[in-house]
Amino acid sequence: MLIKNLDQITMSDQQTAGGKCLALARLHQNAFPVPKAVCITTDAYDTFISSTGLRTRIQMEISRKDFSQMRWEEIWDAALRIRNFFLKTPMPSTLDDQFRNELAPVFRNSMVAVRSSAPGEDDHGTSFAGLHESFVNISGIDAVIDHVLLVWASLWSDAAMLYRKEIGLDVHQSKMAVLVQEMINSDRSGVIFTRNPANKNESIIEAVHGLNQGLVDGFIEPDRWILDMKNGKVLSHMPAERKNWMIPGPGGAVVKELPAQKSSIPPLDAEGIKAVFEQAMASERLFDYPQDMEWTFKGSSLYVLQSRPISTGIQKPENDDRGWYLSLRRSLENLKKLRIRIEQDLVVRMIREADALAGEHLENLPDQKLAGEIERRIQIFQNWKKIYWDEFIPFAHGMRLFGQYYTDTMRPEDPYEFVRLLETSELQSIERNRHLAELAATVRENPELKHNLKTGKYLDVDSGFIKKAQQFFLRDMETEYSLTGRREVVPEILVSIILEMSEANPQQKSAGKTRMELEGAFLDRFAAEERIHAEELLDLARASYRLRDDDNMFLGRIEREMKRAAETGKKRLGIHIARLDSPETIDAIARSLNDPEYQPDFETPVQETPYRVELQARQMVGQPAGPGLGSGNARVIRNRDDLGGFLHGEVLVCDAIDPNMTLVVPMAAAIVERRGGMLIHGAIIAREYGIPCVTGVPEAIIAIHTGDKLTVDGFLGIVTIEKVHDADA
Amino acid sequence: MDKRMNDKNQASNIYSTLENLFKSQNLAVLATHNHGQPYTSLVAFAESKDLKALYFITGQATRKYANLMSDPRAAMMIDNRSNAPADIAEAMAATATGSVDIISENERIKPLSVYLQKHPHLVEFAKSPSTRLMRFNVMCYYVVNRFQNVVELHMRT
Repeated sequence: MLIKNLDQITMSDQQTAGGKCLALARLHQNAFPVPKAVCITTDAYDTFISSTGLRTRIQMEISRKDFSQMRWEEIWDAALRIRNFFLKTPMPSTLDDQFRNELAPVFRNSMVAVRSSAPGEDDHGTSFAGLHESFVNISGIDAVIDHVLLVWASLWSDAAMLYRKEIGLDVHQSKMAVLVQEMINSDRSGVIFTRNPANKNESIIEAVHGLNQGLVDGFIEPDRWILDMKNGKVLSHMPAERKNWMIPGPGGAVVKELPAQKSSIPPLDAEGIKAVFEQAMASERLFDYPQDMEWTFKGSSLYVLQSRPISTGIQKPENDDRGWYLSLRRSLENLKKLRIRIEQDLVVRMIREADALAGEHLENLPDQKLAGEIERRIQIFQNWKKIYWDEFIPFAHGMRLFGQYYTDTMRPEDPYEFVRLLETSELQSIERNRHLAELAATVRENPELKHNLKTGKYLDVDSGFIKKAQQFFLRDMETEYSLTGRREVVPEILVSIILEMSEANPQQKSAGKTRMELEGAFLDRFAAEERIHAEELLDLARASYRLRDDDNMFLGRIEREMKRAAETGKKRLGIHIARLDSPETIDAIARSLNDPEYQPDFETPVQETPYRVELQARQMVGQPAGPGLGSGNARVIRNRDDLGGFLHGEVLVCDAIDPNMTLVVPMAAAIVERRGGMLIHGAIIAREYGIPCVTGVPEAIIAIHTGDKLTVDGFLGIVTIEKVHDADA
Repeated sequence: MDKRMNDKNQASNIYSTLENLFKSQNLAVLATHNHGQPYTSLVAFAESKDLKALYFITGQATRKYANLMSDPRAAMMIDNRSNAPADIAEAMAATATGSVDIISENERIKPLSVYLQKHPHLVEFAKSPSTRLMRFNVMCYYVVNRFQNVVELHMRT
């Protein structure tokens, strides 16, 4: 059966109705007050994904690449694509008819919540709770059906996949039931834990004014009561500040300021506390297990929204990052706060720190002071790197939040259409590349200058040009390259990039016209309050998009400052190391300065590549990250010194594009990157320039060699080695 | 029954046998060549109603595509073997010979819908600007069953 009401669900339906529906059915059948609800069983999900071919498409998407090799951003991309499959696949008429015939008469025009009820989700011992989506405040059968699709899709959200990857992602076993439940127009809501996890003799009630989504999602601070589990006596009450509440609004529910007359009163009085406690204990007796129950009041009537066993705190394996992955699901409210912190505090401090470091003269420091300075700079860099991970990367979710909203509203063919709305001309690397393009244009128009640069007659080069180039170098690339006397001449590497750029007009940035059209079409879909919400999301997404580029650059500056100190030490020690890439190497320089006896081995072992000549990769699959089809000879960039040889029309192949590599991006026919994801730096820059890009190709820099002829299919995420470069030819 | 009648009946039998075989199979082996060097590939295929055309999709950076661009002549085999000893007696294979062309943008709608009906999960692949929907124009089918029993079905254009 595709649809069952709460009277029809029995214990044998555990696998088809899911934990949430089964629990509510049992409560209902035992005369607990639960809102009117029906269950769309896993049979409906199965029918949908089988009859539409979606099962195979999901399977293709998740088996594109070994799951263990995927970064969270790639998993997020895969999740986004799968979500789009669900949104774009029309509901087969048999299912659609049944939904309309059976759901519409039950709910008519009342508001409903559409909630996930995955088998196993609410079992005690598992911690699926909160992984899948639930939506509140939905009305009309079309919207209900749309949200059923979204709940189904959340079975394949990145968080859900990351959780399930431990137990194996099986497209045949993973199923989802959906609970459609009448919304209670509630004025007070909350949760109760019949047992305090910290003290088995106590129960805990948390309550807020308004919808309990605010509490569950952590936006609204609740009042909290500790009760004696045996008799329900209040042991203590911790009142909240009660500033906000969550009420129905655009996007389901919105946070609003709590009216003054409510903010002075706790959401529950003694009678309310008693009613909630008694209901929850009755539920615990029914299920014979401590319960975590969500409840709500409409006037004096109490309703149970759901009741599930308290999960028993699962043993976390070491190095388990899953908590961090889950922290990546952030709300608009949360991101707005984070934005203020990043823009007004962190970025400001980061720039100040980088400026201060750049202003210090290191050459004249005595050895020990220099060693101390190197160590201090390692600390500073690592401190900012941590902030980068803890605050800046999660802020990238501003894009995702908007992306989902945009995709849900516009249902575009291309799931990444939203990225085009994020384009601004303010990206730092774009700005810098524009300066570089100006230098190249000067060279292009001035044959004599070009000749002098080509032949290394720097003394004859126009001094105005030298000055401009030096300014560019000092501002944007200082200490990038270990060249002697760098303040006197323009470094060769920069000269060769400028010369190559001057050979042809670089690609123009893709036109902004489409962005305006897209933006207009998007915003015109909303009126009044909803439009404000949409604009707010877009604004946040743009800030997050811009920062994704800029914060990389700022972190790059601090890293350069760390390396500048190490470079100074390296010269003083007279040692030869090609690259100062690891903190260990840099730390070893500091130690050597401190202790002349200390003789570290700076030689890094050369890694054996697993590829031998007999085994030649022909076609490699990654993630489609920038649409387009591009061909050209590969230029594998292993370190920044490789940039100097870059030629127009080559395919840039690298481990991970760092901001300094973006100098040559305008000349590239395509980009291939080992690191994966749609929103990583390389992908963003590639899209900005309209260059085909494939990311997440694990073997990219091992299997591809400079000179190999490549075709890069940025639509499908395929890289083909058409012809292997013959070094002897 | 005169010979012509008999032939006609047999042809219509083979036609429906082929139809059933094609419906039961998703993948075919496509044979192309590169300057005389044979090369085979597995492709997801769909058949036109009259069986005169077999459709498949390929990326433009593939060997089969390059081979077909330099010589459109090709063969395609569709069979129903199940990797069991009984295959020798029971399995059936149809080899089509003919030539392949690219279906142009303006005649794409019908064949694409035929193709996607059979392979709905390949919609992204099919619609990507980097791939081409190809038509194998069948000149002749060689149908082999019961180990050595072979008949030819010549398709009239």
